[in-house]
Amino acid sequence: MTGAKVAPGASVARPRPADLASQRAWDLAARVCDPEIPVLTIEDLGVLRSVTVDGTRTTVTLTPTYSGCPAMEAMRDDVLTVLRGAGYDDVTVELVLAPAWTTDWMSEEGKAKLVTYGIAAPTGRSGVRPAGAVRLQLAVKCPRCSSLNTRELARFGSTSCKALYECRDCLEPFDYFKVL
Amino acid sequence: MSTPSRTDAVTDVVTDVVTDAAGGVVTDAATHAPDRGHDHGENEGHGHVEVDGVELSAELVEGPSVASHDVAEYALWLGDDSLVLAQQLGWWISRAPELEEDIALGNIALDLIGHARSLLHYSGAESDRTEDDLAYWRTEPEFRSAHLFEQPNGDFAHTIARQFIAANYLFELYSRLAGSADATLAAIAAKAVKEVDYHRDHAAQWVLRLALGTEESRARMICGLGDLWPFLDELFVDEPLIDRLEGVAVRPSTLRGPAWDAMAPVLREAGLDEPRGFISSGGGRRGDHSENLGPLLAEMQVLARSHPGASW
Repeated sequence: MTGAKVAPGASVARPRPADLASQRAWDLAARVCDPEIPVLTIEDLGVLRSVTVDGTRTTVTLTPTYSGCPAMEAMRDDVLTVLRGAGYDDVTVELVLAPAWTTDWMSEEGKAKLVTYGIAAPTGRSGVRPAGAVRLQLAVKCPRCSSLNTRELARFGSTSCKALYECRDCLEPFDYFKVL
Repeated sequence: MSTPSRTDAVTDVVTDVVTDAAGGVVTDAATHAPDRGHDHGENEGHGHVEVDGVELSAELVEGPSVASHDVAEYALWLGDDSLVLAQQLGWWISRAPELEEDIALGNIALDLIGHARSLLHYSGAESDRTEDDLAYWRTEPEFRSAHLFEQPNGDFAHTIARQFIAANYLFELYSRLAGSADATLAAIAAKAVKEVDYHRDHAAQWVLRLALGTEESRARMICGLGDLWPFLDELFVDEPLIDRLEGVAVRPSTLRGPAWDAMAPVLREAGLDEPRGFISSGGGRRGDHSENLGPLLAEMQVLARSHPGASW
């Protein structure tokens, strides 16, 4: 069941369940990390959508960052491993598409961890942009020297969620977690 | 959720999207859907829609867990478009003009595979077939992709021309499909549109770079657009199926204007005219394909057919 009540203060990004049994399972599942950006947990990303413990049955729902994200299967397996290791025998992990994931759900703590890891965090809020030949974009800050004098080398980087940038001051290339 | 208010909600969403396209206002259609009778958070316009498993959450989703025959056919059309285009794009990995472009085209193909998987999974549930059954075990006349997507990669400018048309078409399609009365199609579209937005930006930048580059690159861009333009028309043909899916499917003919409005400024800035020439007769939606699809499917399907049931 994915329609469980969420705890007071829970957000759309982190819909922690209201009941204690589900919270315990949530807190375990929340430790699973993104295999491609191992400093971020699935909770930091907003990929963990719900955890419900109903008697002996535990259901976890995840949402993909990108439709074709190949990390989803690893995350699903890791959630299963963590929960089964903690004694939850009957665990189901489901994938949901709605509401569509957005970088707006990334936690502030997660963004700080990204920068420390050397990946520039998403700048600004998501939203479908108007069509046209020229688009304006907020400057992306270099995660090493904090310079705003950077430029995009490639919109599509090492994974679906990242673009490749270079810093014109410290001359280092870096990944940017692009807004979606 | 009662049927009348459901219809109202969908109409409102569609209106939102159209306003956005015309006014350039940045919004997310799904978050603007009015309340649909559940109390599960303001950002969940369609509730939880599960695509990985067959079951949908009965509590929150008004749509069927298995598509009706007509909806399954429509999902097949869209899924085949993405699957065939992704297979073509995959060829460029290791062959693009620069490493960054290998990665870009590979990533775009990956997004498209993601859309195809969701759409084919949903489509197949109606006939008890998996996404792999549909991708690997159908023959050429059973594919429903439009001809544009199976056009050869050609040189890089041809691929960019194909991407330019495809991404602009898909963006307009998914923008509107996000307001579909079918909750599963709406969820797939609301996710896909954000990704396709990056694809059309990628294509527009290359159209400009090639058209405003050297004499050679400009000549190739003009040739690429001229060769692909005949396949534009088929994307906007209203087949009889569309009449039966009012409110569920997006009427293709309504996408022609918006798609052109998105492409025209790019062509103008690139100093290019709209190509003129013949119009392809199409027929992909009926399973009539060009000579290009057979070899593409042979390559895509050979492994699965040589080793049925094999897994990694």
